[in-house]
Amino acid sequence: MVKHHLFWPLTVLGALLLFNLVYSPAFFRIELRNGQMYGSLIDILNFGAPLILVAIGMTLVIATKGIDLSVGSVVAISGAIACLLISKGADQNAFGLVMLAVAVALALSVALGIWNGLLVSVFGIQPIIATLILMVAGRGVAQLISGGQIITVNSETYNYIGAGALGSLPFAIYVVLIVLLVASLLTRRTALGMFIESVGGNPTASRLAGIRSRAVMFAVYIFCGLCAGVAGLLLSSNVSSADGNNAGLWYELDAILAVVIGGTSLNGGRFYLMGTVIGALIIQTLTTTIYIIGVRPEITLVVKAFVVLIVCLVQSEAFRKTLVQRFKMRKYPLEQEVKRHA
Amino acid sequence: MLKKQYLPIVITVCLLGLMFAAGSFRYTGFFSLQVLFNLLIDNAFLVVAAVGMTFVIVSGGIDLSVGSMIALTTMISATLVQQQGWPPAVVIPLVLLIGSLFGSAMGAIIHYFKIQPFIATLAGMFLARGLCYVISINTITIDNSFYTSVAQTKIMLPGGHFISISVIIALLVVIGAIYLAHYTRFGRNTYAIGGSEQSALLMGLPVARTKILVYTFSGFCSALAGVVFTFYMLSGYGLHAVGLELDAIAAVVIGGTLLTGGFGYVLGTFFGVMIQGVIQTIISFEGTLSSWWTKIVIGLLLFLFIVFQRLLSARRSVHKI
Repeated sequence: MVKHHLFWPLTVLGALLLFNLVYSPAFFRIELRNGQMYGSLIDILNFGAPLILVAIGMTLVIATKGIDLSVGSVVAISGAIACLLISKGADQNAFGLVMLAVAVALALSVALGIWNGLLVSVFGIQPIIATLILMVAGRGVAQLISGGQIITVNSETYNYIGAGALGSLPFAIYVVLIVLLVASLLTRRTALGMFIESVGGNPTASRLAGIRSRAVMFAVYIFCGLCAGVAGLLLSSNVSSADGNNAGLWYELDAILAVVIGGTSLNGGRFYLMGTVIGALIIQTLTTTIYIIGVRPEITLVVKAFVVLIVCLVQSEAFRKTLVQRFKMRKYPLEQEVKRHA
Repeated sequence: MLKKQYLPIVITVCLLGLMFAAGSFRYTGFFSLQVLFNLLIDNAFLVVAAVGMTFVIVSGGIDLSVGSMIALTTMISATLVQQQGWPPAVVIPLVLLIGSLFGSAMGAIIHYFKIQPFIATLAGMFLARGLCYVISINTITIDNSFYTSVAQTKIMLPGGHFISISVIIALLVVIGAIYLAHYTRFGRNTYAIGGSEQSALLMGLPVARTKILVYTFSGFCSALAGVVFTFYMLSGYGLHAVGLELDAIAAVVIGGTLLTGGFGYVLGTFFGVMIQGVIQTIISFEGTLSSWWTKIVIGLLLFLFIVFQRLLSARRSVHKI
């Protein structure tokens, strides 16, 4: 069981939740108000939805030994263009208008994904630098779209995407589930997942083995762009506004962190979608916990740094071995000595 | 005869010249030695930080804590000098020591616990930035006579041009780093580890020591860059140098170093920083750009440069995908 790749991420998540249970028992209370569920756990799922989406896209990119730094900017662009279109409409609540805005935003995200894919797979530029270009320029594009200001919209229909409820759960959770389901089916029920891992392991060898490495790389960057675009829609519709400057700022780092906490190596060749989801949930739970226990805002980052370090250390096999050895040595120093000589 | 492996640097230098020439044709007053020296003056801290980053990247790792470490250094210097009244002669060695220790701690975690450099240094980045806010969330201005005099000293060169003391520090760091990379055991070990850590280990090279030293050196360079940055800004602030690690990484990569490790030159990094400096100078000469167009143009110029570099060096078959 310890060997299972989800064991340590789940343990960490469990430990965080346990801490919350001890600290404030109200954490686990879920209330039904007007047929909709409320509570910290639901909040974590709801507010964590954009991060989970971005991290799912990032997982596939990282599996090909790439990295996508531009997701934060894509989040900002997608939110900005959707809000701009809706705010220009005569009737902001019109279903057609909102659908059009969503379609345009997603198309733009796909286009940005194509741009990244083009740079990485056709031009052969190192992923970190290829996506850095869009990270810098994309932030500018988002500000250009929003005119450097925060666009607010007044549309119940658009607001539903990020803040509405279907049944008794937030709509955003369903969006995440659908994307997760599509990604898992595509990668685990078809050979695509194997292709991605193979390209991550060795692109040249994969090409010689008959896999179209370039097409695979192209696909993962497009998918990552699309995920970031959906996340941007969720984020902006949740607050009914788009902020070109700050929306999705440093999202790429949190997303990469979620992927790594989930057990996917940055060296490519292996990926765990469920691990990533749990990783993202760990980060969101941590953020919520920090708010709940009222850590002073000045030291929030320090707390985060230590938790991240501990989470990674717990997952590191080398670290666990060192700990276990220390423990054993301290307990039976003589016995071990004797055994070694015998 | 020019060796084949120097080609990326040569291409970088040529493109740097081309960009500078383009700027000179477009803007009056662009073509002067002082503009060139200003590049050095304004980017001295980036040169120092990027040199440390070069070693890390050559060894196959990455260091994201650079920008935060610079901020932390400015913050510690400002607090100690300004609020505690410590003499700069004590404060500067102290911050350099703190930077080195910080780097070696990250290096030890990366090596002994096999944690991916990206994540270990990301935690370091959060920690250093967080410590800044713990010290203070406000800007602390420095008016200590030593710092102001270093900041204002102009070293006159023939022809009425001048450079600052920071430029001398940056150039010394570059020269020292070139020596370190190519003429010492430490440098060769770094390249070997970047090429293949497993082989380096089997060859009997001191992998653990070298890896930790690489991060120590990067931490030292970040702290030194922080000192230079303190001279430049004359203040300590938790939001100084946000995202500077990405500038440093970009400079290293533009300079022809491969992120996979084992290949790259310190001199290339120096020119990489200069390229970024020229891009910024062109933006400032353009003058009328709004802040978002600035970002777009920076991205666009970066893109053009990288594509050119890629096309020109496409015939190199060694590092093809």
